[in-house]
Amino acid sequence: MKKELFEIISNDIAAENIFKMELSGDTSAITAPGQFINIELQGYFLRRPFSVCDWEDYKLTIYYKVVGKGTAEMSCMKPCESLDVLIGLGNGYNLAASGDRPLLIGGGAGIPPLFGLAKRLIEERKQPEVILGFNTYMEMFLVEEFQNLGIKTTITTADGSHGTKGFVTDAMADKNYSYIYTCGPEAMLKAVYEKSISSGEFSFEERMGCGFGACMGCTCRTKYGNKRICKDGPVLRKEEIIW
Amino acid sequence: MVDTSVELNGIKFQNPVIPASGTFGYGYEFAHWYDINCLGAICIKGTTKEPRFGNDCPRIAEGPSGILNAVGLENPGIHKVLDEELPKLRHIYHQPIIANISGFSKDEYVYCCAKADESPLVDIIEVNISCPNVHNGGMSFGTSPESAGEITKAVKTIVHNKPVYIKLSPNAMDIAAIAKSCEEAGADGISLINTFLAMRIDIKKKKPILANVTGGLSGPAVFPIALRMVWQVYEAVRIPIIGIGGISTADDVIEMMLAGATAVQVGAANLKNPYACKKIIEDLPSAMERYGIKSLKSIIGGGH
Ligand SMILES: Cc1cc2nc3c(=O)[nH]c(=O)nc-3n(C[C@H](O)[C@H](O)[C@H](O)COP(=O)(O)OP(=O)(O)OC[C@H]3O[C@@H](n4cnc5c(N)ncnc54)[C@H](O)[C@@H]3O)c2cc1C
Ligand SMILES: Cc1cc2nc3c(=O)[nH]c(=O)nc-3n(C[C@H](O)[C@H](O)[C@H](O)COP(=O)(O)O)c2cc1C
Ligand code: FES
Repeated sequence: MKKELFEIISNDIAAENIFKMELSGDTSAITAPGQFINIELQGYFLRRPFSVCDWEDYKLTIYYKVVGKGTAEMSCMKPCESLDVLIGLGNGYNLAASGDRPLLIGGGAGIPPLFGLAKRLIEERKQPEVILGFNTYMEMFLVEEFQNLGIKTTITTADGSHGTKGFVTDAMADKNYSYIYTCGPEAMLKAVYEKSISSGEFSFEERMGCGFGACMGCTCRTKYGNKRICKDGPVLRKEEIIW
Repeated sequence: MVDTSVELNGIKFQNPVIPASGTFGYGYEFAHWYDINCLGAICIKGTTKEPRFGNDCPRIAEGPSGILNAVGLENPGIHKVLDEELPKLRHIYHQPIIANISGFSKDEYVYCCAKADESPLVDIIEVNISCPNVHNGGMSFGTSPESAGEITKAVKTIVHNKPVYIKLSPNAMDIAAIAKSCEEAGADGISLINTFLAMRIDIKKKKPILANVTGGLSGPAVFPIALRMVWQVYEAVRIPIIGIGGISTADDVIEMMLAGATAVQVGAANLKNPYACKKIIEDLPSAMERYGIKSLKSIIGGGH
């Protein structure tokens, strides 16, 4: 965990209501895909948490959906503006658990962390496959990037405007997988949990006061005791989740 | 060289800056960010007799210049706090520790305070009769002079070794009367304020954001009100005051001390910036010089 100043490299629309923001700054605090950053926005008391989509030395990428005032303000930010960021937050996904054929399942604004995960799984010579769920064609993002990694990418849209009509779980049946990594709305996580035949890891969201474990603002119950989504999560193992 | 030290009930603090209960965990977590030995003291998360999960999530919402929390006193219970959490803190930290005690009955307050009094790891006991986020407890003891005095008296009867501070709620008609009642019942000091009962509604869902419906508002938004209350309590009592509410800069510390605080607690500011207390402490000497203050002790209540 570190507090660093980042400079906006680019901030462009990637799909309807979805923006891609690239930032430059010290990324050395990131230790695993699935971790998140917490961005201070001028005029707002609380920081806003976003998953790291991808990172390298001195550069990281996030994708964010405009859902309220803070994200609307972010969408108007220009390159060269600087942001105060807490980085390296949360536990992230455990790559070691993946087995040879992990299945990555992302829904909407939950898709970004799976991209950094997929890249690192490939580096470890695993064969990940991915299912990406969107509401509609206009909201699709990151699809080409996943395809460019050379991994099998299945798309579902709730309205059938692209790929399989329905939810990510409708595309799970014929897959062969050693492990599941997933991130998305809680209803999706639960459906994936119920349908999945392997073990896996599920990334959760909660409203946060601090993002680094100080306020107990984000605690959930697990089979192994109380956990703070921001510090002990956001990624929980399938075995410990209580719905 | 300016002198930032202050003294509460014979205990020397190297400076008046204390992270507030509930915003600093059990302290040792912050050692990741900086050397916490720079702090004046640490006030730990509110502790009850039994372990508590607290309220369901969402527990956090935002207001203009502030945060609403409805954590609901999540804590592992007084035994685990004293036996496991405080030793972890003491291992790396050598300044005073303030134990923040909560309860749902007079007996529970008495039980926890007695345990804290016995512990060699606790220097000051702060009795929280002002938590707005639990039902049938907490704040209900802190909103009338009679019940506040009653809890104070009960606790003071069994605590023999340590100063007892009573932490007051701003959600009361006459906070000066409550402070006075605590002083008469034997309190060694007053901490104020806890959070303001508040709420937010999610307009899209048309439902309250917090699962608990209401929460406590704190942060810069409440600073002027906290300051006014410290001012009023200073006029009403002679025991020391720890001023709390919306403090986020060295100037705020000085202002709060001019109103009558001997020390201050910094809450919400730690959540936005983990370095908040360290920064305030580092900024204090130059702020003092700017205002021609040689010793912080000398300005306590200086605004009156
Ligand atoms: C660990 C984590 C990772 C996330 N990663 C992403 C991501 O990669 N891309 C993305 O688009 N979104 C992500 N989110 C959700 C994102 O944080 C919220 O959409 C954003 O904070 C909304 O801010 P706002 O000011 O626009 O909304 P407002 O509703 O105006 O915000 C008000 C308050 O509620 C909080 N809040 C609102 N919605 C959420 C939410 N879903 N989760 C947590 N806090 C919320 C805000 O942070 C703020 O404190 C993530 C959330 C978490 C907890
Ligand atoms: C997340 C959070 C948790 C808190 N928990 C406690 C608690 O357990 N006991 C207590 O006495 N006060 C608690 N408080 C109140 C603070 O200690 C402090 O009195 C209040 O927040 C006002 O200070 P501030 O404006 O600097 O935040 C909590 C506040 C916050 C924001
Ligand atoms: S948001 Fe503060 S502990 Fe998780």
